[in-house]
Amino acid sequence: MSISQTSAIAPKRAKAALGGLRKVAASFAVILTTLLGLLVITFVVGRMVPADPVIAVIGDQADHDTYERVYKEMGLDQPLYVQFATYLGNVAQLNFGQSHVTKNPVASDLARVFPATLELATLATIIGAVFGIPLGIISAVRKGTWVDHLARVVGLLGHSTPIFWLGTIVILVFYAKFSLIPGSGRLDIYNEGLVEGPTNSILIDAVLASEWEVFWDALLHVAAPALILGYAAMAYLSRMSRSFMLEQLRQEYVLTAKAKGLGQRAIVWRHAFRNIRVQLLTIVALAYCGLLDGTVLIETVFAWPGLGQYLTSALFFADMNAVLGSVLLIGIISIAINLLSDLTYRFLDPRTR
Amino acid sequence: MATRYFNDLHNWLINEEFSSLRQARLHKAYVLWLNLIANPLALAGFLVVLALVLIATLAPLLANHDPILQDLTMALKPPSPINWFGTDEFGRDVYSRLVYGARTTLYISVLVTVIVAPIGFAIGATAGYLGGWVDVVLMRITDIFLSFPSLVLALAFSAALGPGIENAVIAIALTVWPPIARLARAETLTFRAADFVVAAELQGAGMGRILFRHIVPLCAPSIIIRLTLNMSSVILTAAGLGFLGLGAQPPMPEWGAMAASGRQYLLDAWWLTTVPGIAILLVSLAFNLLGDGLRDIMDPRNA
Repeated sequence: MSISQTSAIAPKRAKAALGGLRKVAASFAVILTTLLGLLVITFVVGRMVPADPVIAVIGDQADHDTYERVYKEMGLDQPLYVQFATYLGNVAQLNFGQSHVTKNPVASDLARVFPATLELATLATIIGAVFGIPLGIISAVRKGTWVDHLARVVGLLGHSTPIFWLGTIVILVFYAKFSLIPGSGRLDIYNEGLVEGPTNSILIDAVLASEWEVFWDALLHVAAPALILGYAAMAYLSRMSRSFMLEQLRQEYVLTAKAKGLGQRAIVWRHAFRNIRVQLLTIVALAYCGLLDGTVLIETVFAWPGLGQYLTSALFFADMNAVLGSVLLIGIISIAINLLSDLTYRFLDPRTR
Repeated sequence: MATRYFNDLHNWLINEEFSSLRQARLHKAYVLWLNLIANPLALAGFLVVLALVLIATLAPLLANHDPILQDLTMALKPPSPINWFGTDEFGRDVYSRLVYGARTTLYISVLVTVIVAPIGFAIGATAGYLGGWVDVVLMRITDIFLSFPSLVLALAFSAALGPGIENAVIAIALTVWPPIARLARAETLTFRAADFVVAAELQGAGMGRILFRHIVPLCAPSIIIRLTLNMSSVILTAAGLGFLGLGAQPPMPEWGAMAASGRQYLLDAWWLTTVPGIAILLVSLAFNLLGDGLRDIMDPRNA
């Protein structure tokens, strides 16, 4: 009896494992094509630039022979597909070329500025999730009451406010008029370079080194940009979690739970909330990707030395290597976040297995 | 007399026993209108959008100064009865520039919509209708464009194309079409196997005819709602590009660029940044409210 049972189950398991493997392979194929598409876009954008890339390197004073030599050295006489292959090879070796402005390799510049953006965007996502998700759930539970209307107005305002403008107004009011917050950067100048830590996040490094003064200073600097970005994330997250929650509350199990005398708190948090946890995780990941957009503008306003400011200042000086490197990095981060949320979704939601 | 005429008109429009196709269509529009004015937030959004269109059209009549003419003796004057919203660093009247800036905003958002709607629909509907590898290829391309944060993609394209309002339109359009294509595909898939589509196929209708005569009218409401809601992000992206100096070029008045140039004089001239920012906020909020309202009315499934 038991032998026949196991022998019947074993091929089923093997089949399921094979199916799972095929799904993973398929999603890897998707990731690869997306990545390739991303590279095609950045390559095409780099080729579309109206400025002559040779003159950008040697200047317009150089003679004809130098021009010809550099033109060949840069591989511009090769057919496009060869150039694209060279580009792929360079990117695979993390070689994004040199920045004309900083005179450093773009890759090392990106490694330098990225932690600042990571810190800001992560903090903003946490703020958005901590305030947005409960707000959305409460307004779903109390649909049609003043709480719901208030949440809707707050959310719509967050959707509609130009983020760079909000940042400017915050600087005007809280920095210029009331001197409550520092105006720009990550730290005051006298705290600069005091902590060098393993994580490159000044907040965490300061805690690890027990430099409380530095921590407090960094917190003050990050507060305004993180709150503004967090507000934008909150607007999105509250709207989405409201509609997820409404969908759950319409289900019949809620009626059953009510009928057996369960309180509202238990229904909402112990039953409905558990069912939307995975969906919430996905939209938090999406919000994180969306914030990468916002950081470009908000970093420019607050002179936050991150990826966004690097990108905009490179744009200003027509430093195309730096622009394309930053754009590619942002695209890769988006893909990585989406992949990560997809995998967690598969792992946490038994229906998708 | 007039009231009686309006009563008759109302009765003719609300009557559901149509005597002509025209009456049926007008009835639909009339019911939509009645629903719209019953929803105060959507109505407010509609009125602001209407005001934007009117201001843009009547800009030469509404502006009381030349929006481009510089007068350095009048630079950075605070709001006054002559310059309602003050003057900027070149002595230009902010109110007049705001009024003309409505044209820029409307120009960008309408042009983007006109470009994006047919392209997005064509790609999405083709993918949904044909299925198979065409679907896979088209949707992979769509997903690639979707995987970029939209402002960053628009930044990259307008950096490559060079600054300027037409290039900003192209750059924004390149970031807006993917969600429309996804929506059109989803809508097409729901109607793909419907009996009336199969019947049309059996009568020998080609793909183009089926898509444009049968699928377009059914997809239209959800695509229009999506486009209306998109307007606000188009306006915000355009303002962001203008803020970074990649949108409309000086001296053309554009709200994002106006807000950006005011940052240098933030302490002395608060109106330079505040006023255009509020204009952007109002218009983008209005499109959001209108889109939300339209969705509640036209597409009750997703309300």
